[in-house]
Amino acid sequence: MAERYKTAGTNVETTVLGADEIILNMGPQHPSTHGVLRVKLRLDGEKVVGSECVIGYLHRGVEKIAEHRNYQQFAPYVDRMDYVAAVSNGLGYCEAVEKLLGVEAPPRARVIRTILTELQRIASHLFWLGTHALDIGALTPLFYCLREREEILKIFEKYCGARLTTHAFRIGGMQYEAYDELEKDVERFCKDFDKRVDEYEALLTENRIWVGRTKGIGVLTADAAIAMGVTGPVLRASGVQWDIRKAMPYAAYDQYEFSIPTGKSGDTYDRYLVRLEEMRQSRKICLQAIEKIPAGPILGKVGKVLKPPPGEIYHSIEGPKGELGYYIVSDGTTQPYRVRIRPPSLMNLEALDQMIRGHLVADVVAVIGTLDIVLGEVDR
Amino acid sequence: MTNDSEEKQPPRPAEAEKSAGTPAAPSASPFAPGGTPSSEAPAKPVAPSAAAAAIPPKPGAPAKPPGPPPPPKEAPPKPAPLDNDLVRRYKTRFSGAIQEALLDRRQAILVIAADRLLEIARYSRDEEDFNLLVDLTAVDWPKREKRFDLVLNLYSFPKNERLRIKALVAENEPVPSVESVWPTANWLEREAFDMFGIVFEGHSNLKRLLLPEEWQGYPLRKDYDILQQDEAWVRENLGIDSGQ
Repeated sequence: MAERYKTAGTNVETTVLGADEIILNMGPQHPSTHGVLRVKLRLDGEKVVGSECVIGYLHRGVEKIAEHRNYQQFAPYVDRMDYVAAVSNGLGYCEAVEKLLGVEAPPRARVIRTILTELQRIASHLFWLGTHALDIGALTPLFYCLREREEILKIFEKYCGARLTTHAFRIGGMQYEAYDELEKDVERFCKDFDKRVDEYEALLTENRIWVGRTKGIGVLTADAAIAMGVTGPVLRASGVQWDIRKAMPYAAYDQYEFSIPTGKSGDTYDRYLVRLEEMRQSRKICLQAIEKIPAGPILGKVGKVLKPPPGEIYHSIEGPKGELGYYIVSDGTTQPYRVRIRPPSLMNLEALDQMIRGHLVADVVAVIGTLDIVLGEVDR
Repeated sequence: MTNDSEEKQPPRPAEAEKSAGTPAAPSASPFAPGGTPSSEAPAKPVAPSAAAAAIPPKPGAPAKPPGPPPPPKEAPPKPAPLDNDLVRRYKTRFSGAIQEALLDRRQAILVIAADRLLEIARYSRDEEDFNLLVDLTAVDWPKREKRFDLVLNLYSFPKNERLRIKALVAENEPVPSVESVWPTANWLEREAFDMFGIVFEGHSNLKRLLLPEEWQGYPLRKDYDILQQDEAWVRENLGIDSGQ
């Protein structure tokens, strides 16, 4: 019987417990699947020997909708894909259309965009940390994380009136001027945020249960990660120092100093450390950006009717979850001919099967958490 | 889809209409309420082969209402033929299979013969270091003889460079799967199959990814009609005529 399992994984040892293989259904209503993910697990005792993801429960046909809206009308829809990082989605879409049109947002808009997007990255990572820790059994970090996230959402609310699906940017720049106290608010948040991250670390980093549940779990080597198309913190935790903000800078990232944290072993623990460090780096970017926000207009010279010349563009940004790309084809009319969204969560989730083989059912929960998927984005 | 008419863009001023020029001249009709607006859209001018040659003048493409200031000075972006080292290497290696090389908004595009996709994919990964398949998708041009563009967006970590490979595929024409080159293509090809009905030969598990398995039709095709399907469902399951 042992022979049967050798083909299943890479170098996975499978003990045969004398029980027959069983199929266990997990989700789509399981609380730890972060939405509506359904995983069909093939188990040998409590060991996972294979799995299959069933997705699409949240499929809304976003790409089809885009073909029936004009460029501006479609912008709010992208906020509803990765709904815990709506600002990042909006940035990617607006920049892609700007590139398609051949226009650029003014410097002031680009700096404010950078600030808001970095705050959004922190918010997204905070939400990830809270829920991920909760999945593994640590209740406290959730309250701490949501407390800080609330501060960021308040800044968004003051800026544009919305907290989650913000529609913060417009094609060509921004609709709203930054409110007077934006710099102060961001500074106040950043000032003690470093200490807050230390607090989370005090709760988790050397916590025996946390280390036991995350070290060596869901290991993804660098080569495997690249082959599976994994991007973002998950890729960096596997040791690939690659960040689109550095590799192909957009918005105003080329003006700021920050480093790209990487991990060594590519396990759940490393991904945790990488994301914590990313929050610190995002804070650093915010602090540099508020130091001098250039004066000037916030909206570039784009018309009210957008008719990009025929052609196509692929533009991607470093979203909180990974490479968030937009491939837009224009046929010269006011509506996009085709919008393809490259959601980081989809490719990251695809690696799940490989990461959980040979682990226990309880580890599946940890690995789903560490991938930081949002089903709104996976299914679109 | 049915509420297209109320979500249309504001009526364009006369000037904008005029300056839209020849390529977009029939643009009044694509936005007629109902129906399948986009399938009527001028698919012809954008066909990659024609794009560069057919419309050189580009009269004021970003049409604007009279109020705002004029468009930026530089010419609007458009696809142009590309000939650099990378393209030359591909051309010497796969002479006939590289049908076209384009540069669109500073992004390189190679149009290749679909039947040699697997070979070219393997070469791209192993020799040209395009080790990340960022995305695989398709675009439907129903009026063309080969209606689909199969689009692969590649990225090279060592070179920090992107490349887009396009293959023209006809309906029901099987395409070699690139899953063996980039394992991530597994889901991406399933999605392309799900949304466009493109069949990938050699795929390990080609079934729908996002939609339920019993779903009829391929939604991202331009001629897909959800209303028809809805009516059929109502007739079959409720035994009445759909009120839509």
